[in-house]
Amino acid sequence: METAPQFFRNGPGPFARLFIFAILSCLLIAEDTRFKYFPQLRQTIGVIIFPLQKIAYIPSDIYDQVEKLITSFNLLEENVKLRQLYLDRREQLLRLEALEAENTHLRRLLGAVQQIETTAKTKVVLAEIQYTPRDPFNHKITLNKGSYHDIELGQAVIDDKGIIGQITQLYPWSSEVTLLTDKDHAVPIQVVRNGLRSIVSGTGKNNELELRYLSVNTDIQQGDLLVTSGIGGVYPPGIPVATVLKIEQDSAGDFALVTSAPIAGVNRNRQVLVLSLAQVESNNSLETPTIESGTN
Amino acid sequence: MYVPASSLFIATSLVIALILNFLPLQGDLLIARPDFVAFAIAYWNVNHPHKLGMSVAFGMGLMVDVGNAGILGQHALAYCVIFYLTQIFGRRLRLFSLLKQAPQIGFFLLIMQIVFALVALSSGSTLPGWRYFHATIAGALLWTPASFAIALLLKPKPDSSAL
Repeated sequence: METAPQFFRNGPGPFARLFIFAILSCLLIAEDTRFKYFPQLRQTIGVIIFPLQKIAYIPSDIYDQVEKLITSFNLLEENVKLRQLYLDRREQLLRLEALEAENTHLRRLLGAVQQIETTAKTKVVLAEIQYTPRDPFNHKITLNKGSYHDIELGQAVIDDKGIIGQITQLYPWSSEVTLLTDKDHAVPIQVVRNGLRSIVSGTGKNNELELRYLSVNTDIQQGDLLVTSGIGGVYPPGIPVATVLKIEQDSAGDFALVTSAPIAGVNRNRQVLVLSLAQVESNNSLETPTIESGTN
Repeated sequence: MYVPASSLFIATSLVIALILNFLPLQGDLLIARPDFVAFAIAYWNVNHPHKLGMSVAFGMGLMVDVGNAGILGQHALAYCVIFYLTQIFGRRLRLFSLLKQAPQIGFFLLIMQIVFALVALSSGSTLPGWRYFHATIAGALLWTPASFAIALLLKPKPDSSAL
């Protein structure tokens, strides 16, 4: 038997709908933060919204073009400057090569194990920062190159000063970089001054990293430069990561609270380099780095 | 003066809102940028109820999440909340003038941002600074002029083919 004509929409009421969708959202959130069963879901949505993002970048693309046009007027001057810089760097590089040769020679004399670092070759892709998300909770940026441009998960991203972060999500034409400051991100480092190895982790705050679990009597000073140690094989060794800002003694525990500031910044320039450590053809299986670190 | 909005018009406005949300801004501008998608959902729900479903809000949320590189489901939940609030209080809101609607919309946006922050906190993030809520203020300030502009666009007579 048919009911009376419908004056009101039926179906679940507003609150019931909210309840259903809230549960659905919570399941998704749990899935995304803990289990990650469906990485394809994110990829699919990423492909759907790609044209919209492309449209959103049009204004900044136009701005770039105009800027390029303006800079092209004093190209000559810039060229001279860059040539000068190139010669300077070239000289440093030559010295570095000599030092490297000397280093391997001395190592051989000492009978020490060939350091893996010198044999690791890196491949570089130039990419541009396209987007920094708004919400202060996630420390990620989006680059304009993706799997289509031979970028892979887990590759390190650097700028002219030091490490920025690591590729953690791949789309065909773009990729996401988790910054050093992300709370789930950690980098194996080494103090330049004394070779002390440790791990520096993000705190979730801007411009703040921390060195966890260093005992109070560790030899670490304010202003110490921290560089990547190359352990773990994700980051190539010797790239600057942070400088130590302050060291506090935790009266309760045995650990020192060491805060440091990252050296590279995402706000400064838009061009970044994506590094990949090519497989090392090393004969000692003990120190072969593995590249597949995946997320974080 | 209720002017029915075509589904095409609403869909276009949502796509434009998404594009505005994806604009590559930086620094203070980025923090003060109102959430245009939330704004659009609130606007259509208040002024043209029953045109959108909650599933649309949910879907838009997923897209913003992916575009934002955030936790999947975070915006989706927040948009469902603002959808619910504007659906419940929409009729009451329409009794007020546009100027008086603005602070109330601001309040809804605030609740939405708090939901958003709670999700982030539950996954272990630290509390954001007060600057985080600038977007709410921007959204509330935008309400009156934007509502006025959309109402102008929807006026049927002169150029309904504008969009």
